[in-house]
Amino acid sequence: MSDAVAFPQDRTCPYHPPAAYGPLREARPLSRVTLFDGRSVWVVTGHAQARALLSDPRLSTDRTKESFPTPTRRFKGLQNRRTALLGVDDPEHNAQRRMLIPSFSVKRTADLRPRIQETVDGLIDAMVAAGPRAELVGAFALPVPSMVICALLGVPYEDHEFFEAQSRRLLRGPEPADVEDARHELDTYLEALIRRKRTDPGDGLLDELVATRLETGETDIEELVSLATILLIAGHETTANMISLGTFTLLRHPEQLAELRADPSLMSEAVEELMRFLSIADGMLRVATEEIAVGGVTIRPDDGVVFSTSVINRDEAVFPEPDALDWHRPTRHHLAFGFGIHQCLGQNLARAEMEIALGTLFRRLPGLRLAAEPDRIPFKPGDTIQGMVELPVAW
Amino acid sequence: MSGVRISLDQGRCIGAGQCALTAPQVFTQDDDGMGEVLPGREDGHGSPLVREAARACPVSAITVAED
Repeated sequence: MSDAVAFPQDRTCPYHPPAAYGPLREARPLSRVTLFDGRSVWVVTGHAQARALLSDPRLSTDRTKESFPTPTRRFKGLQNRRTALLGVDDPEHNAQRRMLIPSFSVKRTADLRPRIQETVDGLIDAMVAAGPRAELVGAFALPVPSMVICALLGVPYEDHEFFEAQSRRLLRGPEPADVEDARHELDTYLEALIRRKRTDPGDGLLDELVATRLETGETDIEELVSLATILLIAGHETTANMISLGTFTLLRHPEQLAELRADPSLMSEAVEELMRFLSIADGMLRVATEEIAVGGVTIRPDDGVVFSTSVINRDEAVFPEPDALDWHRPTRHHLAFGFGIHQCLGQNLARAEMEIALGTLFRRLPGLRLAAEPDRIPFKPGDTIQGMVELPVAW
Repeated sequence: MSGVRISLDQGRCIGAGQCALTAPQVFTQDDDGMGEVLPGREDGHGSPLVREAARACPVSAITVAED
């Protein structure tokens, strides 16, 4: 048992799990970690056990439960706040998810590809015009998913500076008051937008939900606002981090990048392997509602459970030589999108955005390189979604 | 790959689309986004990807039974 390991911790290299998680890899499939408040919780690190536990209804994701673990001090204020989708259990979760599923299917996502391509092309045109240098997070990695989710939801992109700044405060604080206030700001903004859509409808998903679910009484304004907030944040923060960190990682692996440039048909497998390798959402949380025997231990009711995806996705039982970036391996069974009923709703959209963004970036800018010393480029701390804070590049 | 029978439980399905992504010759998503076996493809259509699709399903909604 490795009770002394603190969780989460900052990465030492932006694309590898924190060096301090070494003991967790030794102690698969489950061990113990200590959270910021001194609470000891289970950490799941084995791939098979993670699949089983993420599918287990005896683990709850209801953040209003008193025994639900808090990952970082600044999220204390969000305890007791209801959060749609990722914060509710079935059957409520299922009813919410079913309203959204049609818009995120494989086919609907494929239909969005030309629009994503157009967005990506426009942003690269602007970079080239202002080049040959850019700060890639602000010029590309963030605006791609931000523009796409705005178009999908029916949120005006001209408000992007406001909601991107609030999302950043909600996820990163720094203070608990920032997190609470950012949530309030986003909820207020989206509630006003949804109310406007009742009288002045557009053609986004939120407009469709207002017309077909809100006016029929299937949902209420509070639930719809909560869903909209989650979709807007999850729709741009995660993919933006994958694009920035994915670009950095590929530039730091010149052999693999050369192969990818020579054969763009490898891009879809490369994206899948980058998802596994980078595991940017590292630390999904649950609380047990009943006793569960798993991996030789017994999880008791009210025990906290955290899933370290960066360690799970480097389980050598499933991914031999897990620390190598290698898209020739069977990589699709990674758990970077989660597993079970809460598996990422937007995963097909995210895949399309990553494939098009990374594929087009490296094709259009064959001389793309880092414009700063790699170890001086700032990346995000361990207690939030992993990614680059800034990414200076030249071509 | 002969002699299998594939079924998909829409009551469990969460519309993640992993079946349609992994084995599009056998699975699709209906208008509600729910996974379904393509009509006439319940025998797996000889696709080696059917078992991969079953393993990729996040809620174990797919059953591949030996005939």
